[in-house]
Amino acid sequence: MSGWPLLSLVTFLPLVGAGIILLTRGSPELVARNARNIALWTSLITFVLSLALWTGFDPDVSDFQFVEKARWIPAFGITYHMGVDGISMFFVLLSTLLTPICVLASWEAIETRVKEYMISFLVLETLMVGTFSALDFVLFYVFFEGVLIPMFLIIGVWGGPRRVYSAFKFFLYTLTGSVLMLLAILAIFFQTGTTDVPTLMLSHLPSTMQKWLWLAFFASFAVKVPMWPVHTWLPDAHVEAPTAGSVILAGVLLKMGAYGFLRFSVPMLPEATAYFTPLIYTLSVVAVIYTSLVALAQEDMKKLIAYSSVAHMGFVTIGIFALNTQAVTGALYQMLSHGIVSAALFLCVGVVYDREHSREISHYGGLVDRMPIYAFVFMVFTMASVGLPGTSGFVGEFLVLTGAFQASTWVATLAATGVILGAAYMLYLYRRVVFGKLEKDHLKDILDLSWREVAVFAPLVVLAIWMGVYPTSFTRPMHASVVNLVTKYETAAVPHSSAIAAARR
Amino acid sequence: MLHAAPVFLPLLGAIVAGLFGRFIGDRGAQLVTCGAMVLAALTGAFVFVDVALMGHARTIEIAAWIVSGSFDVTWSVRLDTLSASMIGMVTLVSCMIHIYSCGYMAHDNSIPRFMAYLSLFTFFMLMLVSADNFVQLFFGWEGVGLASYLLIGFWYQRPSANAAAIKAFVVNRVGDFGFALGVFGVFMIYDSVGFDAVFAATPGKVGTTFNFLGWQVDTLTTICLLLFVGAMGKSAQLGLHTWLPDAMEGPTPVSALIHAATMVTAGVFMVCRLSPMFEYAPTALAVVTVVGASTAFFAATVGLTQFDIKRVIAYSTCSQLGYMFFAAGVSAYSAAMFHLITHAFFKALLFLGAGSVIHAMSDEQDMRKMGGIWKLIPVTYALMWIGNLALAGVPPFAGFFSKDIILEAAYAAHSGVGVYAFTLGTAAALMTAFYSWRLLFLTFHGEPRADHHTMEHVHESPQIMLAPLYVLAAGAIVSGFLLYGLFVGDGRAAFWGTSLFVLPDHDTVEHAHHVPLWVKLLPTLAGLTGIAGAYMFYVSNPEMPGRMIEAFRPIHQFLFNKWYFDELYERLFVRPAFWIGRSLWKGGDGAIIDGLGPDGIAATTINLAKRAGRLQTGYVYHYAFAMLIGVVILASFYLYQMGR
Repeated sequence: MSGWPLLSLVTFLPLVGAGIILLTRGSPELVARNARNIALWTSLITFVLSLALWTGFDPDVSDFQFVEKARWIPAFGITYHMGVDGISMFFVLLSTLLTPICVLASWEAIETRVKEYMISFLVLETLMVGTFSALDFVLFYVFFEGVLIPMFLIIGVWGGPRRVYSAFKFFLYTLTGSVLMLLAILAIFFQTGTTDVPTLMLSHLPSTMQKWLWLAFFASFAVKVPMWPVHTWLPDAHVEAPTAGSVILAGVLLKMGAYGFLRFSVPMLPEATAYFTPLIYTLSVVAVIYTSLVALAQEDMKKLIAYSSVAHMGFVTIGIFALNTQAVTGALYQMLSHGIVSAALFLCVGVVYDREHSREISHYGGLVDRMPIYAFVFMVFTMASVGLPGTSGFVGEFLVLTGAFQASTWVATLAATGVILGAAYMLYLYRRVVFGKLEKDHLKDILDLSWREVAVFAPLVVLAIWMGVYPTSFTRPMHASVVNLVTKYETAAVPHSSAIAAARR
Repeated sequence: MLHAAPVFLPLLGAIVAGLFGRFIGDRGAQLVTCGAMVLAALTGAFVFVDVALMGHARTIEIAAWIVSGSFDVTWSVRLDTLSASMIGMVTLVSCMIHIYSCGYMAHDNSIPRFMAYLSLFTFFMLMLVSADNFVQLFFGWEGVGLASYLLIGFWYQRPSANAAAIKAFVVNRVGDFGFALGVFGVFMIYDSVGFDAVFAATPGKVGTTFNFLGWQVDTLTTICLLLFVGAMGKSAQLGLHTWLPDAMEGPTPVSALIHAATMVTAGVFMVCRLSPMFEYAPTALAVVTVVGASTAFFAATVGLTQFDIKRVIAYSTCSQLGYMFFAAGVSAYSAAMFHLITHAFFKALLFLGAGSVIHAMSDEQDMRKMGGIWKLIPVTYALMWIGNLALAGVPPFAGFFSKDIILEAAYAAHSGVGVYAFTLGTAAALMTAFYSWRLLFLTFHGEPRADHHTMEHVHESPQIMLAPLYVLAAGAIVSGFLLYGLFVGDGRAAFWGTSLFVLPDHDTVEHAHHVPLWVKLLPTLAGLTGIAGAYMFYVSNPEMPGRMIEAFRPIHQFLFNKWYFDELYERLFVRPAFWIGRSLWKGGDGAIIDGLGPDGIAATTINLAKRAGRLQTGYVYHYAFAMLIGVVILASFYLYQMGR
């Protein structure tokens, strides 16, 4: 495949598909059918192509691979610079995997404006892949912010009754943070004269400036993660978003903030990172415990899973800032696992929502009688969500906490209580929805998963267990880049942290 | 290959029955799972002979699991005497219970699911005992927890079963929280999570400290205690025991397999497996002893008062696990393992016997509604006698040997905690015998208290249920004196090899053989007294229990309500958690964050806009006045600036 601009192909192929859908004409039914088919095939081909990134990836190299570079805005030295390393490669795959699943999951659920819907998803895919492979700050910013637009439309057009409130809340929350990031990017450009990410990773910024820049990035990334206390847009956005919107939101969009920390904050601003680590720890631990407790009290399935996402992302931010090999690997793994598992859980909610048009937990009960396959699938992901060993959830959580324990026993201990609470709220949810007697009349002839739905879930089930039983397939390509990140951070931040330690003594 | 077979055959059975149950049918699922288990039991026996008796210890590495820097975990099957004994016992007992279930669950409408869960459980249990590192141990540990959750809640239509299932999982998670912290600590201190590396480095860690939650604490004591919290959860020790009695909501074969013979003993197994660490942490060992002895006593007192036949046996299990723990606590690991094995036989027998009774009584579990059925189900009756004789420690049944050596070892420890354990253990032995015969008398003797309809249907169980009971009964009779020599007698050093580690000056099992005669006789005497007491209470003077309850009502209430642990936890943890969750949601997220944040800002913006709108009245003099004020302010500002 060498010589092919593989990364650009994966990035822009969905856009081409979107263009083709745009050109379809005919009766509304025909347009809808064509739009669905084109979207499915485009995203499937994109996914297959993106697999070449994995098979062609050299796990021994910590540098960027599949690099493409072209002049873009030469006046400011801004280039079209793309590439992936062990940190970003799997996020590209996650995006390309979840898009066809979303298309398939929306096959029957979306009946209005199907054409525009499919276009939004394909555009979204391009922007997501672009975000994870952009190696120029301006390019990254374009993709990163661009994502907001299709997502805003997906929630605002195809969402639930309070969709407009939620869409605006989502948009304003994230945009506010992003404005500060834009300022930070400008500041970096004026300081160093470049926006090229690999170059910036090697340059050193003054300590005070690092702190301001770090805070500006933090404003943007923390909202995206989301970290406590800027998480309240997430439950609302999830509740109102259509199922596939939630899947992408939880599966990919939440990872962008954490990815931002790993790609920019840590390597470019190591001293500020060391300085602000206690802040991150505190917010993350609060997030884990606080949102787990809140999840326990939820009456809406999607809200419950949304809050559990915040708790799970709390583990991720702890892992990123504990900054040792285990913790960072764990954080990356937790993100991938959460991308699969929370996406699947939202799909599980979608299945019963499509049939009953209710997300209220009390609307259900005893589903296992009529829906044994659904009950099995839901159980697998419930267990993956509570981090049962042998599922993907365990590997990330355990590595993060192992690493965090080395960094701070307090953080690891407090965060580990989230594991107990996680079991409580997930099993309580499962019990109320799936177990019990099937007594409610409206559920008496609810149908089990259709073949289409089985096709949606099957790859996710396989992945959740594969990632739990043989994580080496995934951790091996990550390893070199993670070690590189951690080592560079230690060299750069050590004078600073030892100074702090000296001051404390 | 053959050596790993007993571990993976049950998984095969579980997958086939679980995923393809609807295609192969009930009979197919039973055949597949039982067939796989028979093969597993045969290969398990082979492993026991080859590894434990012939001394061919080995570790089979299967694949890499989690690798991240020095955190290097492999899937492996570690075979030494300790794990081979467990594998032999688990596969045999599980095989018997699989066969028994074919009869017991015959009328259930999800047989494949049940058989699949049983096999899945067996797989996790075997992964647990054959782990070569802390993380695989944890895998098995949580895996059996999952199987236990699924099986307790097997009859998912019952709200009580669902509640019990969640309780079991969550309480175990509390234990696992400690376990996980222990593993993190191990990795931090040793930079490895493999048993061999950790054990080898342990002597060098004696006396070192590390910073845990702001305190400088002793390394080994802290790590061992954290890990022991996990053991307390899994083995239902005092404080984390509340899930076990409720777990009886599951079908009886489940109680026999998981909540008597195998899973609940995992904690004991863990302490024995980690004996090379615990030996160097005397404080941790003392805690283990005290917790074990207290549990043995506590559970026995509660067992005296319960009326549900399965709950009595459940508390008895809890109590016997306490024995195993305090044995391990006084460094008599081999005695703990010995009791673990004999207990597996007689307790599985008792549970399955109770299942046979319940089956005969049309699913009645309350002993107050039984009685007078021994002539109707003589085989079950005889089997229950054997089980109880073994439990009460009457010679020459299995429990006699293993319980005696434990109490003798506790005495021989010559330490404060040893005496504590010996005293409570002997008292518990008396109570054990009492409640066992109380159970026998209430269930089988006296006037029938069941209604006419039930009594007409009382019938002996089919052969498919009785045959496994014969095997277990044989174990309950002979396993004691057959294994005595190997496990705790003269052959023990050669038998255990390096799989158990005891410091030379901790060898309580050796000292146990030289205790005074009264110490040797006391447990048996206590057992016989208990039996005689039960006879007095429930056969010669049947009104006596009622009068005693009246006379000691507060004490009885306290015991009958299980020392009020459930109520305490409900008020202390469960309700507050939900309450805090709700108030954080409505108050924290709703009022404060959204109220001051996005919604607040939005509202303020709208508000300001409205007020600004109100200002625009249209009257010229309003504007003029505003302008004037503006001019005044500007002018004074300039003057002020210039004056400086």
